[in-house]
Amino acid sequence: MALAPVHHILPLTTIVRERVLPVKGRVLARLNQRVSPTDVVAEATWFREHVFLDASRILSLSPEAADKLIRCKVNDRLAAGAVIASGRGLMPKIVKTPVEGRVVAAGGGQILIESGESRMELRAGISGNVINIIPDRGVVIQTAGALVQGVWGNGRVDTGVMINLAEKPDAALTANRMDVSMRGSVIVAGQVRDAETLQAAAELPVRGLILASMYPSLLTTARSVRYPIVLTDGFGMMPMNSAAYKLITTNVKREATLNAEAFDRYSGVRPEVIIPLPISSEPVPPVDEETFAAGQTVRLRRPPAVGMIGTIASLRSGLTTFPSGMRAAAADVKLENGEQVLVPLVNLEVVG
Amino acid sequence: MPASLVEGDSLLAVDIGGANTRAVLFDIVEGTYRFIASGSAPSTAEAPFKDVSKGVRSALENLQAVTGRSLLGADQRLITPAQADGSGVDAFVCTLSAGPALKTVIVGLLSDVSLESARRLAETTYTRVAESIGLNDHRKPDEQIDTLLRLRPDVVIITGGTDGGASRSIRKMLEPVGLSGYLLAPERRPSVLFAGNQKLDDEVRELLGGVSSSLHFSPNVRPSLDTEDLEPAARELTSLYLGVRKRQLKGVDTLEAWAAGHVLPTAYAEGRMMRFLGQVYGGARGGILGIDIGASAAVIAAGFRERNSLGVYPHFGLGENLPALLQYTTLENILRWSPLDISTSVLRDYIFQKSLYPSSIPATKEDQAVAQAVTREALYLAMQTARRDFPRSARVPKPGLLPFFEPIIAGGGALGDAPTPGQGLLLLLDAVQPVGVTTIILDRNNLLPLLGAAAARNSILPVHVLESGAFQSLGTVVSVVGDASYGSLIVRARLVYENGTEARADVKYGSMEILPLPVGQSARLTLQPQRGADVGFGPGRGGTTTVSGGAMGVVVDGRGRPLILPDDPVRRRELIKRWLWTVGS
Repeated sequence: MALAPVHHILPLTTIVRERVLPVKGRVLARLNQRVSPTDVVAEATWFREHVFLDASRILSLSPEAADKLIRCKVNDRLAAGAVIASGRGLMPKIVKTPVEGRVVAAGGGQILIESGESRMELRAGISGNVINIIPDRGVVIQTAGALVQGVWGNGRVDTGVMINLAEKPDAALTANRMDVSMRGSVIVAGQVRDAETLQAAAELPVRGLILASMYPSLLTTARSVRYPIVLTDGFGMMPMNSAAYKLITTNVKREATLNAEAFDRYSGVRPEVIIPLPISSEPVPPVDEETFAAGQTVRLRRPPAVGMIGTIASLRSGLTTFPSGMRAAAADVKLENGEQVLVPLVNLEVVG
Repeated sequence: MPASLVEGDSLLAVDIGGANTRAVLFDIVEGTYRFIASGSAPSTAEAPFKDVSKGVRSALENLQAVTGRSLLGADQRLITPAQADGSGVDAFVCTLSAGPALKTVIVGLLSDVSLESARRLAETTYTRVAESIGLNDHRKPDEQIDTLLRLRPDVVIITGGTDGGASRSIRKMLEPVGLSGYLLAPERRPSVLFAGNQKLDDEVRELLGGVSSSLHFSPNVRPSLDTEDLEPAARELTSLYLGVRKRQLKGVDTLEAWAAGHVLPTAYAEGRMMRFLGQVYGGARGGILGIDIGASAAVIAAGFRERNSLGVYPHFGLGENLPALLQYTTLENILRWSPLDISTSVLRDYIFQKSLYPSSIPATKEDQAVAQAVTREALYLAMQTARRDFPRSARVPKPGLLPFFEPIIAGGGALGDAPTPGQGLLLLLDAVQPVGVTTIILDRNNLLPLLGAAAARNSILPVHVLESGAFQSLGTVVSVVGDASYGSLIVRARLVYENGTEARADVKYGSMEILPLPVGQSARLTLQPQRGADVGFGPGRGGTTTVSGGAMGVVVDGRGRPLILPDDPVRRRELIKRWLWTVGS
C-alpha cells in the first residue's frame, strides 16, 4: 500500500486553524468567542534592536570594578541619555544609553538594552469559534466551509468578496481588466504574466488574488505586495485545476479568506482559500493521510497532463517503465476528458 | 574468506532521503555477506505524515514483499534479532539526510584561517551557512546580536585560536553568541559546537552552557596555524546534527532505538566508506572520488593520500532547494546540456515546479531531458565547489582541472535512476569531467552510505558486499586532456583482450569511442596520444595499463578537458545527441 499525499479541495468541511504569535505575548480572545477575520486575537510587544554597552572598557576598569559603578539592573526602563555608570575622579568618564529602552542583561561590566519597542497584533484570519487558547501564544479557531489548498502563497492574509475574472481556467489577468469597482475584493483569475498587473491590483487595492499560476520571474514583486496571493496550481502558465476552478467559481460573490502563508512542507502549513459557509451540522474534517486506491480522484504533478484532475482506474503491480526510461510504481489515470494516462504514483496526489 | 570468519548476523540498513526512503537487506549467502534486496517508499519527514518512521515501515513492507521475509511484527516494530522461522534481522542501521538544511552561523577569528576551517567543517553535513562572524567583521556587537536573533540559527560553529594561542579575541566572539542565546526562548536556542582553542573549553561551557540547546566540544580544527584537522570535529558535528534532527523530525528517536544508536547522516556515512576505500585503492593512480546527488544535497567525498575531503552542498540538491541553483548559474548554462530545444521559460517553470514536488520523477522524454540538464549543472557546480578543498599536492594534468581519480563511485537518486548505463555514464562525464584513466562504478542501490553505517556494527560486511558485485561497473573511461580542432585525431587506443584478440580505435577530438570489454574481464589498454594530449602518462606520452570491463566497456572520451560545448545551439544539440547515441541512449 503506497502512502498518498492529499491535496484538499473540499466543498464543505470543518476547518481548524492555529493562530500563534512568533513571540510570547498576551491572548485577547476568549474561549468559545466568535471571531471575524480582522479581529485581533493576541498581541505582543517586541524590540527591534539591542544596544550593547561595555562599561568596563569605556571606564577602563575591570569587569568587577565596573559592575560596582553600574546604576541600572535588569528590567529597568531607561530614557535616552540616561547615565548608566560614571567613573571616579575630577573628570569622570560617563556611560550613557544612546536610546530609550529596557535593560535585559547586566553583568561582567556590560549592559544589554533592548530598544525600538513595537506592538504586534495577531488577527484571527478566518471567521469562526475559538475552541482552544494557547497560553501566551494564540488561539485555535474552528469554522466550516469550502477549502481550497494552494501550492504557493506570499505570506499575507486578508478577507474579501470574490469576483471572478477567470472566464476559463487559464484566463490571464491583465491590469486593464481591473477597475475601481473591484476595490476591496478578492479577484479570481487563471494566470498573471507581468508585474504591472500585480502593481495595478496593489493600487486599487484588492484584498487578494487567487491565481492558478504565475511566472516565477514575478516572485519578488508578488512577495512585496501587501495583499495575499494564493497560487492553486504552480508556476508558469498552468490553468487552474478543474476541481478548484469549479469550487471557487461556484462560490463567487461569497466572502473568502486568503491565508497565503508560505508552504512549509515540514509543518504542513499551506496557502489556502477558506470560504465560510452556513451549516446545520458539523461537516466531516479533512482526511490528511491516504493510501493510493482505484477510484480516487487525483491531480497530476508532472507532465504529461500536469495539473489535470483524473480518477485512478487501476494500480499497476510492480514497477512500470515510462517513456523517459524511468521505472516506478504506477497507476492508470482516467482524465476528465476521457483520455487514460499512465502516471508514476510519486507524481500523483489525492484530491479530497 | 572462510565462513568461520563471518559473524553470521543479518543486517537491515535504511536510508531516509529527502525524497525516498530505501531499506536494504544484507545476509549471508554461501559463506559471505551479500546484498539481498531493497525496498523503497516516499520519505515521510514532511506533512501530513511528519514521522520518518512511517516511510521506513512502508519501505520495509515493500522489502518484505520482495523477499518474503517478515521484518515487521504485528505491532509494526522491527523484529530483532532474527527468529528461527526466518523472520526479522539481527542488526539495524540507519542513515538520514531528510529535513531542511540546518541554518548555521560560523564564528571564528581570521577569515582565511579559522573561519575557512569552520566553513569546511559546516560543509561536512547538511547545513546552510547563513552568517559568519569574525575578527574582520566591522559590525558592532549589538548588530551581531540582532543578526543572530533575526536568523535564529539551528547551529553555531565556533572555531579560532591555535591550541594555547589566542583566547581574548575568541572570548569577544563568544559574547554575541551567548547574549543572543540568552535572549532567545529556550526552545529556539541553537546547538553550539566549539572546535577552537581547547584551553577555552571550560570558559565556553560556563558562558554558553545555559544558553544553547546543546553544547558540543571537539578537538581544535586548527591546532596550529598550518595544520587543519576536521575529522574529530566532523564526527562531533554528526552527533549535533542528529540531536537537532531528533527535535525536528518525529520518528528519528524510534529508529535510533532500533539501531542501538547507529544512525548517521548519510553524507558522513558515505565519507566513512570513502576513507575505507581510500585505504584499499588509494594512491595507485590518484585519489578516489565518491559522488551522490539527490533531493537533499550533492555530496562529494574524495580520498587522497594526504587527507580526505567531504563536501555536502544542499544548495545543489535537486529537491526543495532547486531554485537556489539559479543563484549560482543561469538558465542558459543549464540548457547547454540539453539535447532538446527547450526554452528558458520551460526550464524556469520546471525548476520552481520541481521544488514544490521534490519526490516527483520525469515520465516523458522532454521532462527527462530537462531533469538531466539540471542534474548535470548542479553536479558540475558541486564538483567545482568541492575542488577548492582538494589538497594542493593532488596531481592534476593541468591547472583548473580535477586531480586524477581512480575509481569514481557515483550514486544518489538522480544517478542511480538513470534509465540506461550509457545515460548515467555520459551525465557523469559531462558534470564531473574526470581526467586520465578512471574506472567508473555506479552505486545503483545507494549502498555506499549504508555500508558506511554498517561498518560500525559489522566490519566484515562492507568488505564482502564490495567484492560481491552489488555495485555496477560502468567500465573504464579514458578522458583526454588536450586541445585540437574538431575532428582531428587526438588519441589512438588499442585494447588487447585476455584471449589475445584486440580492438582498436582512432579517437578524434570532440568525439567518443567505445571498445567493448564485458563486466568481470580485464584487458591491456595501450594509448598513443597525439598533439601533446595527456591521457594520464604526461603530455604527449603514451603508455599501457590494465583496465577492467563494465556495462559500457572502455570509453575513450576525446572531447577534451575542460569540456567546451559549441556556442551554436543547433550544433551543440547535434553533438550531444551524437554522444548520447555513442553511449547507446
